[in-house]
Amino acid sequence: MSLLRVDAVTRRFGGVVAVDGASLNVPKGTITGLIGPNGAGKTTLFAIISGFVTPSAGRVVWKDADITSMKPHQRARQCISRTFQIVQPFAGLTVLENIAIGAYLRHADRSEAMRLAADVAKRVGLAAQGGQQASALTVAGRKRLELARALATEPELLLLDEVLAGLNPSEIRDIIPLIRAIRDDGVTILMIEHVMQAVTNLCEQVTVLAQGRVIASGAPRQICTDPAVVEAYLGRGAAARMQAHA
Amino acid sequence: MYSPAIIAEAMVNGLLTGAVYALVALGLTLVYGVLHIINFAHGALLTCAMFAVWGLSEGLGVNVYFTIVPLAVVMFGVGYALQYWLIGPASRGEDSNTLLVTLGLSIAIENALLAVFHSDTRTLSGDAAFDVVELGPMLLSRPRLIGFGVSLLVALVLWLLLTRTDAGKAMRAVAKEPMGARLAGIDVRHIFALTFGIGCACLAVAAGLLLPTFYVTPRVGNAFVLVAFTIVVLGGMGSVPGALIGGLLIGMVESLGGLLFGESLGQGGIFVIFILVLLLRPQGLFGARA
Amino acid sequence: MSPRGLMPMLILLAALALVPAFGSNTSINFLVSALIVALAAQGWNLLGGFCGQFSFGHAAFFGTGAYVDAVLQARYGVNAWAASAVAIAAGAGVGWLIGFLSFRAGLRGSYFALITLAFAEVLRISANAAPITGGATGLLLKLDARAANFQFASRGVFCLIALTCVALVLALSVWIARGRLGAQFAAVRENEDAARALGIDVLATKLRAISLSAAVTAAAGCLYTQYFLYLDANIAYGSWISVEALLAVIVGGISTPAGPIFGALALHALGEVTRLIARGVTGIDLVLFGLILIAAIAFAPTGLAGLASRLRRALG
Ligand SMILES: Nc1ncnc2c1ncn2[C@@H]1O[C@H](COP(=O)(O)OP(=O)(O)OP(=O)(O)O)[C@@H](O)[C@H]1O
Ligand SMILES: [Mg+2]
Repeated sequence: MSLLRVDAVTRRFGGVVAVDGASLNVPKGTITGLIGPNGAGKTTLFAIISGFVTPSAGRVVWKDADITSMKPHQRARQCISRTFQIVQPFAGLTVLENIAIGAYLRHADRSEAMRLAADVAKRVGLAAQGGQQASALTVAGRKRLELARALATEPELLLLDEVLAGLNPSEIRDIIPLIRAIRDDGVTILMIEHVMQAVTNLCEQVTVLAQGRVIASGAPRQICTDPAVVEAYLGRGAAARMQAHA
Repeated sequence: MYSPAIIAEAMVNGLLTGAVYALVALGLTLVYGVLHIINFAHGALLTCAMFAVWGLSEGLGVNVYFTIVPLAVVMFGVGYALQYWLIGPASRGEDSNTLLVTLGLSIAIENALLAVFHSDTRTLSGDAAFDVVELGPMLLSRPRLIGFGVSLLVALVLWLLLTRTDAGKAMRAVAKEPMGARLAGIDVRHIFALTFGIGCACLAVAAGLLLPTFYVTPRVGNAFVLVAFTIVVLGGMGSVPGALIGGLLIGMVESLGGLLFGESLGQGGIFVIFILVLLLRPQGLFGARA
Repeated sequence: MSPRGLMPMLILLAALALVPAFGSNTSINFLVSALIVALAAQGWNLLGGFCGQFSFGHAAFFGTGAYVDAVLQARYGVNAWAASAVAIAAGAGVGWLIGFLSFRAGLRGSYFALITLAFAEVLRISANAAPITGGATGLLLKLDARAANFQFASRGVFCLIALTCVALVLALSVWIARGRLGAQFAAVRENEDAARALGIDVLATKLRAISLSAAVTAAAGCLYTQYFLYLDANIAYGSWISVEALLAVIVGGISTPAGPIFGALALHALGEVTRLIARGVTGIDLVLFGLILIAAIAFAPTGLAGLASRLRRALG
């Protein structure tokens, strides 16, 4: 059953068509990957799904209800939670307070929210930094904080925008099982990722976006050899050249 | 009802005042355009300049118009120093800090003037106020005509400075991309101070043009600064031509409003315009929505 | 803020409660004025400190509180307590309306500060011209010192009431700071997009903050009316209260529940001393306030509260 459906959405910024008639299906309980070259429109598509950007055309359907005109905070309450590619910490607050703000979404009580925040911090590996100012975190720490805050809202769909970018290989190795564990807890995940190793490792299905259009979708292995995808990444004629070499 | 002649005269008078308003607003919008800060002390600095003009003219007997150039130089220096050593470092690049620092500055200046000069209203002696020129059916004040001409001239000079000189190019570069400008070897702190200094120099000119027909009290700047803010938002924050057109427009509105509804409600009208512009078209009348 | 961090504040409030019993009339007058500003500043802090929306026009709320209270009594013979309650509600309403217009238009930072100032000025000019407020001559309330009239023969009693108001708002602030609402305020202050992504309705949160803030500052206006029994537009809607409320918070320590109280008392004491030393020089205390504001931003962005905790840490 599909939890989230994106129906032919288009978004223009002035002359730029950032997303161009893209459609997408995210089945419940899966990890779906969204890949594509820089500027393909992936982040914009996330912003459309989470309500930060309204599409010029098309619909976003969540559990069979049209949520295209719903505000971001309402979608968060409907259990859609996003992270930001350019991290957006509450810089003046501590790490725990940051996470607690996510937890307060479903827990009005302070002690409950703080307990949940502490649990989540432990889970994403931020337990030791709980009392630190968010602005004092390293890049890797901030990425974890993005993930932690989103998790603390207890989402059904988690939108992860390049949470692995800027991390070193050992940090990536640490986070991959965490993402899988989150899925195993019943959270559906849609992730934008450039690190292909992680994509092939985690995702059941992948959608490829190039210049705002969906050019392919399917299982990761199948995608990697799709000539359209290879061309999108490496330029026109690349697929043919690779064929010739092989 | 008022006769067309009276209305026409009010409109022309409004335009004349409006040009000087525009000059005050130019300083403000220039600082906003380059530094992206709102200088809340702009009015207090104008009051300082007006007292200086008054002092030089009454105390030393200097002709008002001869005070303008030396005072502009001094005010430039004051503005440069204020931004370079006080406002810049104290606000550490935070918008709200700048606002508070310049608020503090304006409170300190205004009340220091109050302590020295008390709240008496001072005008220049002499008959400048009665020095009129006949223009068709209208009687126009000569000092205000001069004010109009000089203001337009200063606006033109400023525009040339911004578009034709290296300093102007540097200022525009800093306005667009402070980071990039810094990487390109531009001393951003210096350019900021330079801009602030020019903004203050505009105030010196405005002071010299205002005083022959206006009065000065320690609080006189307040009236002007809100008018100037209104002009700046009306013309689009940071836009030089916008400030000019906005100034002329507000001058006319104030003059007509004063004629129809009385002086103090005319002031209120300007605030209402200010609020409406901010609520409905915060990008200004001439700007495109961002 | 932890209960322990509040101890100095509680001790101070308890000590101040002794002033009416032993202090002179002058000292009581001083304290009442300081407490009125403290209350207005506590209101400012709820919006400016907690929620990060700096207002330059809290006079709009102070004045509305003061005027509604006074006009209802003087013109319509409403009981003083009822009038105060209505006045506080009216203050909250004006806050909500200004907030709704400005926040919905997306005004933030300096723009929000300037528009609040403009609203306050429009109200001042209108109050100065309208017949119902007594115009430029102002509005005098009948002296009739009875508790039922919210007027007291003894200044000390009034002082205790002001102190109680401040203490109540302190308790409210601590409660907010420790709970979900405070977390939402802080989230909006720190990063609106992130707040939105975590399910916070930013506009509604800001409206809550400004209504609450305006109600508290309007209450300060009511106290002013009831104590001085005279109002004019420059008192009620004058920029002095906007500035002092903001200054007390910045000096005392922004976004800490006790900051505004410390700040208002410290500033008032300082102003009093300066006026004594430089007798007859009008405005000298305000010159000092202006310089303090600059110095506070430059050297002590966390205010007295921050300085105190830094000192405590330095001393071990
Ligand atoms: N707010 C905006 N205003 C104007 N143009 C925008 C805006 N947001 C995105 N764009 C443009 O839309 C296109 C798609 O951008 P987007 O950030 O969605 O790409 P992306 O696939 O996430 O890229 P990356 O891999 O670099 O993160 C780009 O050309 C970008 O410049
Ligand atoms: Mg992106």
